[in-house]
Amino acid sequence: MLELLQTYTPWLLVGQYPSGPIGGLALTLFLAVTGLVCAFPLSVLVGIARSSESRWARAPAFVIVHIVRGLPVLMLIFWCYYVIPLLFGRSVPGIATLIAALIFYEMAFLGEVVRAGIQAIPKGQIEAARSLGLSRTRCMLDIVLPQALFNMIPSILSQFINLIKNTSLGYIISVEELTYFGHQINSTVLTRPMEVFLMVAAFYFVVCFSLARLVGWTERHVRRRRGNLIAQGGEQ
Amino acid sequence: MIVFNDVQKWYGPLQVLCDINETIERGEVVVVCGPSGSGKSTLIRTINRLEPIQSGRILIEGRDIHEKNVDVNQLRSNIGFVFQSFNLFPHLSALRNVMLAMLRVRKLERREAEERAMALLARVGLEDKAQSYPPQLSGGQQQRVAIARALAMQPPIILFDEPTSALDPEMVGEVLQVMKALAKDGMTMVCVTHEMGFARDVAGRVLFMDRGRILERTTPEAFFHKPQHPRAQKFVADIRHA
Repeated sequence: MLELLQTYTPWLLVGQYPSGPIGGLALTLFLAVTGLVCAFPLSVLVGIARSSESRWARAPAFVIVHIVRGLPVLMLIFWCYYVIPLLFGRSVPGIATLIAALIFYEMAFLGEVVRAGIQAIPKGQIEAARSLGLSRTRCMLDIVLPQALFNMIPSILSQFINLIKNTSLGYIISVEELTYFGHQINSTVLTRPMEVFLMVAAFYFVVCFSLARLVGWTERHVRRRRGNLIAQGGEQ
Repeated sequence: MIVFNDVQKWYGPLQVLCDINETIERGEVVVVCGPSGSGKSTLIRTINRLEPIQSGRILIEGRDIHEKNVDVNQLRSNIGFVFQSFNLFPHLSALRNVMLAMLRVRKLERREAEERAMALLARVGLEDKAQSYPPQLSGGQQQRVAIARALAMQPPIILFDEPTSALDPEMVGEVLQVMKALAKDGMTMVCVTHEMGFARDVAGRVLFMDRGRILERTTPEAFFHKPQHPRAQKFVADIRHA
């Protein structure tokens, strides 16, 4: 086990880098971060649309969210794998395909988080802003979103953990992330699948568990701030 | 200045405002009181269109506020509104709470907005709390910041919706003092409140509401000593014994 670790840890961490493209855990994190960063603004739009008073904004967001939520991530990856090249008329690297699928997936799930965050803002906040003459848009930008997004930090981090785990599906379309290299190592070593995949699992676990602890910490922090907020908010 | 003309409002089958006809003059301080559920909050919330009405008209300075070409944001920016539960923005400091609408609605320069906001906080006695966040302030302080926030738009009218009901008794005085000073400065004020002392000291008139109707309109003196309507008599007796 130890010599396996010694030999293959670089592969699992950064893939063939520096002699080849970066991969392994580094790529896994890159995929998850890119997915989250790109999906976030979209999910804010989806969340706003979902909590909108206008049916024309609500309906398309409703459809997108429920289609994505009703499909396994793997299905989204296959769809992107076959549909994106058709749309662009040329082949697209696996990494881009995977990121597109993850963005799509994350947009829907984070969108629901944003919607919940928006709807949890007390009505009195909106009334106070509108009474001052702030438009709907300004009220959303200055009053609702800053508070909602702050309250959502723990949920966003949880989604990020989810995303890290979902990047492992990239191995199906040969994206050279952590799981892919686990598979590669297993094919090379051949006789010790238990140990190889224990190693891969440990890598995922360390990252995800640390992040989960961070979620717990931010949750307590946010709840403390929110507790103050309720203490001053009265009965709204 | 504010005219209600045959205003009716329903929540589904329940009529919450019936046959409201009333005129409030410039500089007048009017106290609206009545048992809970009598429609008094709803009444003042119709003035800045926080609540829609189903029929009748509300005129401010002669203009129907429900006319198609009325810009609701413009309308609201000229009517201060103070809530029972303060509704300060908890993620902004006291100063930023007061500045926000000056920057976003009046489009003032940041420097000018800040100066005016500081002056307003001084007026409500809270210049030393400018950098505090709402959760760090007492209820009375929060409500005074909320009044400064409403004053920031230099509105000719301010509406108060039970501004002292959510406060601990020892904090009621500081808020009423600020409101009295406003009244003395000639502000047009419509206050939903049961504070008899405030009504006696500064109100020109008291409107008594029950079940969506204005049942009595008279001076504070007459209302608290010789209410005419049986329900007003019961209400006055109740708040005296409270």
